Amino acid sequence: MLLVENLHVNYGGISALRGIDLTIKDNQIVTLIGANGAGKSSTLRAIMNLVKKAEGTVKYNDEDLTNLATMDIVKKGIALSPEGRKVFSNLSVEENLILGAYTVKDSQLVKEGIYKVYELFPRLKERSWQQAGTLSGGEQQMLAVGRALMISPKILMLDEPSLGLAPLLVNDIFDIITELHRQGNTILLVEQNAKKALEIADYGYVLETGTLVLEGGGKELLQDQRVQEAYLGEAAK
Amino acid sequence: MSLAEFMQHLVNGTSLGSLYALIAIGYTMVYGILRLINFAHGDIFMMGTYLAYYGILFTPIPWYLVFILAPLLTGLLGLVLEKLAYKPMRGSPRITILISAIGASFLLQNFGILVFGGRPKAFPIPGILDTTLTVSGVSVDLISIIIPIITIALLVILNFFIKKTKTGMAMRALAKDFETASLMGININGIISIVFFIGSFLAAVGGIMWGIKYPQLMPTMGVVPGLKCFIAAVIGGIGNITGAVLGGFILGLGEILLIAFLPNLTGYRDAFAFVLLIVILLVRPTGLLGEKTSEKV
Ligand SMILES: Nc1ncnc2c1ncn2[C@@H]1O[C@H](COP(=O)(O)OP(=O)(O)OP(=O)(O)O)[C@@H](O)[C@H]1O
Ligand SMILES: [Mg+2]
Repeated sequence: MLLVENLHVNYGGISALRGIDLTIKDNQIVTLIGANGAGKSSTLRAIMNLVKKAEGTVKYNDEDLTNLATMDIVKKGIALSPEGRKVFSNLSVEENLILGAYTVKDSQLVKEGIYKVYELFPRLKERSWQQAGTLSGGEQQMLAVGRALMISPKILMLDEPSLGLAPLLVNDIFDIITELHRQGNTILLVEQNAKKALEIADYGYVLETGTLVLEGGGKELLQDQRVQEAYLGEAAK
Repeated sequence: MSLAEFMQHLVNGTSLGSLYALIAIGYTMVYGILRLINFAHGDIFMMGTYLAYYGILFTPIPWYLVFILAPLLTGLLGLVLEKLAYKPMRGSPRITILISAIGASFLLQNFGILVFGGRPKAFPIPGILDTTLTVSGVSVDLISIIIPIITIALLVILNFFIKKTKTGMAMRALAKDFETASLMGININGIISIVFFIGSFLAAVGGIMWGIKYPQLMPTMGVVPGLKCFIAAVIGGIGNITGAVLGGFILGLGEILLIAFLPNLTGYRDAFAFVLLIVILLVRPTGLLGEKTSEKV
């Protein structure tokens, strides 16, 4: 269980997160939705210690991650597929995956990991020697997700995995997230596509300019009028 | 010019080019990852040469071991230099870091003057290496043949390391994106230390071979070769290792052949590098193999 308490993040003088609490229970999909600039990415980045926390704590099963270096948080089994893909464009697809498993010492496990990712994303297998920078946007997104899977993370955090993808590919990505969930993975999902995210989520949080305004089961939030008005637009029936 | 003479110049140019290449790699690797011009690199080269000098003359260690130990120690020196002079500045404006680099360079030179003395010293060349070979009328120093061989061997190893090992991949990843690299669990500081170690190690190997070929040591001996190798790295496309090697060979061969064919220009020997730099940057601002740093996002 990942526990975020009273998380504050400031950029310069401006506060982007003003004390948020999240609980991500094992084997759940938890989603964090909110408008542009609400602070979703900042939350994930603060958990990974890519940005400084002004206040607050992050705990994983009673282990305090608050002040650990990013690389040590990864070693605890927490992986983030960052917003905007961020594949290593100068490395091949396979090298990107190998680096995803940088903290995995057992080379047999790395091989199995690559095999599993290729099973999930056959497109990547065909292109294993291609430079990641020359992949299409959708393929890069698959690679970013696959790369985060390489440590078989205890908690997988995905920052807008469907961003910029064609509708069919968006469905594919959500299918894969559902499949990962079915296999017992714990997932913290940040999505623009609030409807789809809430449909598959066990639990959801709604973030507005750095503050949590609503939380509840995925289905519940889907029915919530405020959520429907603010994030689902016409999609609400 | 007879063919024999030409061959002689060719060998000399190749070996000088090899030395330039070895030193240029250090500039380009550090720049590739930190976008930092390590102005103290030429002085690291000097330190490596002096370490070998003292190792041979003042320790009972056999010379061939000294030739391995001195580069290893120099590698550590480079690593420590980064920790002291560059790491505390990370994230500061570039000009601050640049000034720190220039300061580190002066510091090492003055350390050299203070501890080694300002007077030139003669590098103790092991007897077995101090011979001249004559093959069908072409006579060359043995070391001029050994230099390219060792250089190429080291380049092959370095290439394998960077292309095939996980650490090498991490280096390439770091050259692109620190933050995402840290999300892979890569120890950024560790990789940076390794890069400084390798660059300094290679500079020291170059320094030792330089000492055997041009056996006069001075605490400022790193300044001109350092500058030239920086130019070699820029000519090849800074950040690109193959480019640095290419630049080193072009510079070394060009310099020697220039004075061979146009002996009148001997006095302008050092200017050659700068002229070449200007010409290449005019034609190809990114250097020969450098890419524009724009990328698909
Ligand atoms: N490095 C930074 N420096 C200054 N301000 C920042 C920085 N990163 C984010 N911010 C600001 O913090 C706020 C939250 O940004 P964040 O990226 O967390 O939003 P988000 O919810 O992920 O938005 P989006 O849906 O557009 O990705 C925004 O107002 C943003 O401008
Ligand atoms: Mg975001």
